[in-house]
Formats: sequence, structure tokens, C-alpha cells
Amino acid sequence: MTSSEPLIQMQHVGKHFGDFQALKDINLNVNKGERIVVCGPSGSGKSTMIRCINRLEKHDEGKIIIDGIELTDELKDLNAVRREVGMVFQSFNLFPHMTIIKNLMLAQRLVRKTPKAEAHEVAMRYLERVKIPEQADKYPIQLSGGQQQRVAIARALCMKPEVILFDEPTSALDPEMINEVLDVMVDLAKDGMTMICVTHEMGFARSVADRVIFMDAGEIVEEAEPETFFKHPKNDRTKLFLSQILSH
Amino acid sequence: MSFDVSLIIEALPKMLAGIGLTFQLLVLSAILGLMLAIGLMLMRISGKWYLSWPAQVYIYVFRGTPILVQIFIVYYGFPQLEFIREGFLWPIFRDPFGCAIVALTLNTGAYVSEILRGGVLGVDRGVLEAGEALGLSRPQRFIYLTTPIATRLALPAYGNDIISLLKSTALASTITLADMTGIARTIVAQTYAPYEIFISLAIVYMVLTFFIQRMLGRVELFLGRYTRK
Repeated sequence: MTSSEPLIQMQHVGKHFGDFQALKDINLNVNKGERIVVCGPSGSGKSTMIRCINRLEKHDEGKIIIDGIELTDELKDLNAVRREVGMVFQSFNLFPHMTIIKNLMLAQRLVRKTPKAEAHEVAMRYLERVKIPEQADKYPIQLSGGQQQRVAIARALCMKPEVILFDEPTSALDPEMINEVLDVMVDLAKDGMTMICVTHEMGFARSVADRVIFMDAGEIVEEAEPETFFKHPKNDRTKLFLSQILSH
Repeated sequence: MSFDVSLIIEALPKMLAGIGLTFQLLVLSAILGLMLAIGLMLMRISGKWYLSWPAQVYIYVFRGTPILVQIFIVYYGFPQLEFIREGFLWPIFRDPFGCAIVALTLNTGAYVSEILRGGVLGVDRGVLEAGEALGLSRPQRFIYLTTPIATRLALPAYGNDIISLLKSTALASTITLADMTGIARTIVAQTYAPYEIFISLAIVYMVLTFFIQRMLGRVELFLGRYTRK
């Protein structure tokens, strides 16, 4: 592939759950280093869209190409893609039966085949980066929500992904813990990590996003730089949504 | 009616001579039953009808019939079949101990497979998705995520089945085996003192159950170490 080709290409992507059309004709290119924020009302297909990017959901129309590899049922390609695409979930989804350090080492050992000592070192480095190295030997349940989510981000980073998908990473957190997670995300963005974030944190969108995407009823309704997006939304559905979330 | 304590003191050591056999029946059929149960459970959750259906039929048959009847079918019924008498498994079916192990294994396997399935279904989908997103293959997710989490979830119900199996071993006495219950029945036939003998037999089973419970409690504490804040 050439370096000018987008890291992620979604072309006319559609997805159905039975009769329900969750995604309609999604077209989206994400370049290396870009930070995209996806917002929209619940049920608009935001999560489904980013879950299609690492094939936690299978799209049934169109094409998705990640770093030159098209997503199909081909297992080898899928594994290659999943190594490049990290994901952070709303409910953290840490492995509850493993200590924090083991959470960070498991996929390195099994998927990347990293030697144990090196995996440990990488894990500690990222734990330090999310500022909780002292929690390494605890179990997830012993950590606060904000700490757990930071571990989840570190776990994704350990795989050295090209891009990280964030699926409402702060929605399950108590308000006082949201900032510690956003701080880590801002930090990542500054380092040039390619990020796609489904989030309602509009402050975050304003400060780090290169583009904001608004989805409704399975479609991308509007796409703009944050400045334009917040000040001069074009579409009525975007205006309505913004008025609802920004009115307080 | 009188209660003869000296009879108990005399009978207890005799009955305890059968504890080894009771234990062999319990441990062997628990281990073999667990292996069978894992196989059945994997068939049941495979998502392939030609594996799932036979497992479901098997489970239905063995849960739907009394274990005593199953023991009788294996012990009295199988030797009537020529291919069994001439097959390589005949040494097992010729021997009442072998028959008891087979029947107990087949029975407990059916129950335990459903217990394990409950554990597997109880594993949080999100945790498995996280593994998937990190690039873990299906077998890797099953071994490193599903199995340890499901084991803890299934343990209380599994412990129940082990205790139940302990008492099912008493049925082996109906096919001539001299386990604790078998010995007790012989003593009763000699002394005509069913009350004293069977009460003390019951107490022996309760003591055994107590130790099994404690052991299971320890295992549960260990497996559940990550659930405590």
C-alpha cells in the first residue's frame, strides 16, 4: 500500500440485525494520526459502526479495508487486523480472574508471542503511562472504575495498535472519574495515536478531534471539524441533538 | 424398643472397612464423569446440531431414569448381550465394581455437563469480546477466559453433585458390592438391628459429607479470590 492511502476505509457499509437496518451506506476514511469523534443519539449505530471495524460485528454490505487488508471471513486476515486495531469498551471488560499485570500480558504472550520478561516490561511501561503502576498485582474488582478503564487502555496499548477504537469509554464512570480517563485519552491523541471515539464528551471532542461525525438512524448525517460542527451545524437532526446535550 | 450402643461400637469398624470401596466408587466415577461431562458440554455448546442433539438426547435419557434402574440395566442387562460378552470391555461388565463405576459415571456425567454448561453461559460476553478484540483465537479464549471463569461459576452446583454422588454409591450395594452400605445390610441381616446399624451408617455418610463440604469450601475460596475487594 502507499502511505497516502487511508488507514481505515469504509465504503458503502451496511449492517442489518434481522429486519432492522443498523447501518446504512456508511462511507468513512480515517487517515493515520487522525482523531475522530462519533456522536449521535442512542441506537443511531455509532457502536455498531466501530464494532464493524474490528469485526466484532460483521457488516453485510460494502467494504471495510484496514491498513490495506479487506475484512472478510478469512481468519488470517482478521487476526492481522485485530492486531492493528485496539479497542476500549464502555464496561471496561477486563479479565476478572487475572491480576492487572496479567491482563496486560495475556494477549502479548498469546497473540504477539512476546517473551515473558519483555511482555512484563511493556505492561509496566504502559501501566506507568496511565499512572497506576502500583496496582499491577491487584485484581480488577479492587480498582475504581476510572482505574479499570485506564488499565483497559493500557491493555490495548500493549499490543502496539495502529488505531484504537473507544466505545463510550466514560459512559459507565462516576462523574469524578471521567477526567482521569479523558486525560489519558488526550495524552494519547497528543502522541499522534489514530483514534475513533464514540463519546458524548463534547469538551473532549472540541479539544482533540480532527473531525466530528454525527450519526442518526444508522447513517452519517454530518461530518465536520469540531469548530464548524458545534458552531454551525447544517443538518436539523444535528442541531436538535446538540441542543439536547448542550442545553445544561 | 431398646437402643443397643454396644452393637454400634461393634458394627462401626466393620462398616468402616467398606469406606475404601465407597471412596473408590466416588473418586473414580467423579473423575470419569467429569471427563464425560466436559465432552458432552462441548458437544452441547458446539453450535453444530449433529453434536448437540446426541448430547441432549443422552442427557435427557440419563436424567430421566432412576440411577438404580441404570445400575440394574448395566449389571443385569448388558451381560445378556452377546457383543458385550465378546467385546473387549467384558472384563469391566463382568465385574460388579466395573458395572457400578460405569453406571455412576454415565449418570453423573449427564448432570455435571449441564452444570458446566451453566458456568460457560454465565461468562460475561464483554470479557470474551475484549479477548476477541485483542486477537485471541477461539480456542485461546475458551482456555484462558471461559474455562477459569466458568469453573468458579459452576463450582457450587458441582459440589452439590459430588455430595449427591457420594450417596448414590450406596446403590452399588444392590449389585453385591461390599461398600459401607453393603456391609451394613449384611450386619443387619445377621443381627436384626436395622435401627442401630442404619443410623450409625447415616452418621458415617454425614461425616464424610462434612469433609467434602469443607474441601469444596476451600476450593471455592481459592477460585473466588478475585471476587473479593
